[in-house]
Amino acid sequence: MSKDIKIKKGLDIKLVGEAEKATENAIISNFYSIRPEDFHTIIPKLVAKEGTRVKAGETLFYNKDNEAMKFVSPVSGEVTEVQRGPRRRIDAVKITADKEQTYLDHGKFDLNSDAEKTKAHLLATGCWSFIKQRPYDVVAKADSTPKAIFISGYASAPLAADLDYTLAGKEAELQAAVTALAKLTEGGVHVSVGKNSNSPLANLQNTITHKVSGPHPSGNVGTLINKVNPVNKGETVWTVNAQDLVIIGELLLTGKFNAERIIALAGSSVKKPRYFRTKLGSEIATMIYDNGVEREGNDRIISGNVLTGKQVQPDGYLDYYSNVITVIPEGDDYELFGWNKPVFNKISTSRAMTFSWLNPKKKYDLNTNTNGEHRAFVTTGTYEEVFPLDIYPMQILKACMYKDLDEMEALGMYEVAPEDFALTEFVCVSKQPHQKIIREGLDLMLKEIG
Amino acid sequence: MGLKQNLHSFKEKNKDKKWLPAFSAIHTFLFLPNETTHNGTHIKAADDLKRTMNTVIMAMVPCLIFGMFNAGYQHYLAFGEIQQATGGFLSAQFWTLDNFAVGFWKVIPLVIVSYVVGLAIEILFAIKNNHEVEEGYLVTGMLVPLIVPIDTPLWMLAVAVVFGVVIGKEVFGGTGMNILNPALTIRAFLFFAYPTWMSGDKVWVAGAVERDQMIAAGQNVDAISGETILGSLAQGKSVGYDVMDMFYGLIPGSVGETSTLLILLGALFLIFTKIGSWRIMLSSVVGALVMGLIFNGLVSADVISEGSKFYGLMSTEFWHHLLIGGFAFGTVFMATDPVTASQTNKGKWIYGFLIGFLSIMIRVFNPAYPEGVMLAILLMNVFAPTIDHYVVQGNVKKRMKRVKAKVA
Repeated sequence: MSKDIKIKKGLDIKLVGEAEKATENAIISNFYSIRPEDFHTIIPKLVAKEGTRVKAGETLFYNKDNEAMKFVSPVSGEVTEVQRGPRRRIDAVKITADKEQTYLDHGKFDLNSDAEKTKAHLLATGCWSFIKQRPYDVVAKADSTPKAIFISGYASAPLAADLDYTLAGKEAELQAAVTALAKLTEGGVHVSVGKNSNSPLANLQNTITHKVSGPHPSGNVGTLINKVNPVNKGETVWTVNAQDLVIIGELLLTGKFNAERIIALAGSSVKKPRYFRTKLGSEIATMIYDNGVEREGNDRIISGNVLTGKQVQPDGYLDYYSNVITVIPEGDDYELFGWNKPVFNKISTSRAMTFSWLNPKKKYDLNTNTNGEHRAFVTTGTYEEVFPLDIYPMQILKACMYKDLDEMEALGMYEVAPEDFALTEFVCVSKQPHQKIIREGLDLMLKEIG
Repeated sequence: MGLKQNLHSFKEKNKDKKWLPAFSAIHTFLFLPNETTHNGTHIKAADDLKRTMNTVIMAMVPCLIFGMFNAGYQHYLAFGEIQQATGGFLSAQFWTLDNFAVGFWKVIPLVIVSYVVGLAIEILFAIKNNHEVEEGYLVTGMLVPLIVPIDTPLWMLAVAVVFGVVIGKEVFGGTGMNILNPALTIRAFLFFAYPTWMSGDKVWVAGAVERDQMIAAGQNVDAISGETILGSLAQGKSVGYDVMDMFYGLIPGSVGETSTLLILLGALFLIFTKIGSWRIMLSSVVGALVMGLIFNGLVSADVISEGSKFYGLMSTEFWHHLLIGGFAFGTVFMATDPVTASQTNKGKWIYGFLIGFLSIMIRVFNPAYPEGVMLAILLMNVFAPTIDHYVVQGNVKKRMKRVKAKVA
């Protein structure tokens, strides 16, 4: 039951600095870092202590609640530092990479194996970390059975890496990954692709393809789920990022955990925005300076896109789930009468002396200024214009703020992830932190209901 | 830039002072703050609450200026010093400096009292509750002088503003949390606290009350009546204005409510900028027309005899109701207050329709004070959360049905 999905509500944020379709090999990073905070709610139990030598694909730590769920090293080398935060929480496991990479051989996997074997293999090889679940938007629980699995093959976020480009030529890996995943659910693997794209995901076996069109968030996996088969109470769905299917697929086919990933370096502060071949957990500094940003510049470096990514320092690391690094100017300056003068160089969904409606094709150079201070919720109807899910956004946000679990559940909390509220947060006149509110709401439900 | 740097270092130096919100309120009017995003979206849209509120004020400015001219015009007309304007909206007799001068000196004090008293309370509460000064009062402060009669004494206005802001808004937690529209709370307070002053036919024309006092003191001068159209109709009198006068606004009434033409322009501006809800405005107009038609129907079916005290307003042609009294102003600028209106799009249709419907009903059945729109909006403010509740329940039920369909 493939279904075309066309959404009208949403907003395409067009920014300057789209990555040019040319891939370079990033300078090979000497240091890699895996940070447990990328795996929200997972408490790591360290296996590879400082000084341990690991091969690529060898376990660094496992999930305290489920010893079978391993998290592995993206490279071979030596664990040189385990950074700890308050109460000895593990913040990062840092690996100094070998010059010559060696891989732990997990063995070629028989794709005809049953669900139990497939699950065990994914857990043991570290590939489970790429599978997330809803409700709660966390790494999937190993004992859950999803009613369906969803993969978005269409990136509609601002300055997102073009998946048609980064996944090109990876058909075999993608096919192996979805074949294995299809074993784990009765409801099928749903894949969305852009309506007019020639995505390598479009012609896979064992999948249900949906052609999507319309403004962002048409490419969000949350939109796909909501339009195809929304999550009900007591149900679970799984999601996997398309680019991570390649790593899963290669592991199944060859037995090697190859953390390689093609990522986009984009944003208005980047001199020559383009694509890089790198590895997850790699140092950001290996990519951003060559024809990239000024060393002394006042810029915001984001691992991820401008709506949902994490701020990182130049000596920081590529996020486990990102396939884009965005660099935009900081906006830490005052603007005389900025609140009432006509605005031509910023995006707005209103027309209150803001003129982005005049030229919808124009690309903007936005900075990180909030364009106003935090206020109570006042205006209504603005979120609905950019929110395609069948959920009342303001009501659910308020329910999260006053922590009414019954109401959160009734309004659709099981269906959402923070990223679904990125656009409502962007347009919010009151500058409320929507994604944080939703994340805290989900955490509360996870704690109280589980 | 010197000023920018100086203000910035002043702010940094006094970061932990209690009174900083008062400084920030002024500082942020000069400069858009240097605040940057942290987590969540790294970029933000251009609009903030100040811009939103400012847009509403811009939509009201034509009404304010017209109100000043009209105050002078009604004054001189009632005193018999000028003839009724004949040239329509652009009449030379209306747009005179004399008219403006009278109006200016009557209206500006109302504006100043409204803002000074209201903002002072806002700032006090912001300091007390340790948050920034919210912009809600920028609009309220402009609405208030526009919806009161011209001869409202300033001390009464000040008392009403204190009541409206504290009881109408701050006790609920300030901007964004209130149930009732603060501007209407202020107006309602005026009318219920000082009924002898506020009702009747004197306060609508500048100077009429004074003239009354002179007569009472035994001076030999003519009394002045500045009755509003609604007042005349409620008493079954005939109206001495033609429809175009009503549309243009060359009639007595509260300061800013008379010119339907300019209110319409404001409405179009608010709809175009997407700041005001077209759903509420449209459904409210429809609601008013429906109620007007029902009353007209009753009259033509001879249910109401000419002797009835309701006859005057019931027999008013249904669409004239849109032009007289405060209906247009209330619908455009106050029913659409996002905080106190229905917050769901479906709810807005119901909410707006009932405001229009009830406005005309109250108008007809309340001849003592024939202005329905204020009470209708306040009433619907109270019911808006209930309307929203049922709209949202529709979404919740859909979700529960999905689960049931699975189980079955």
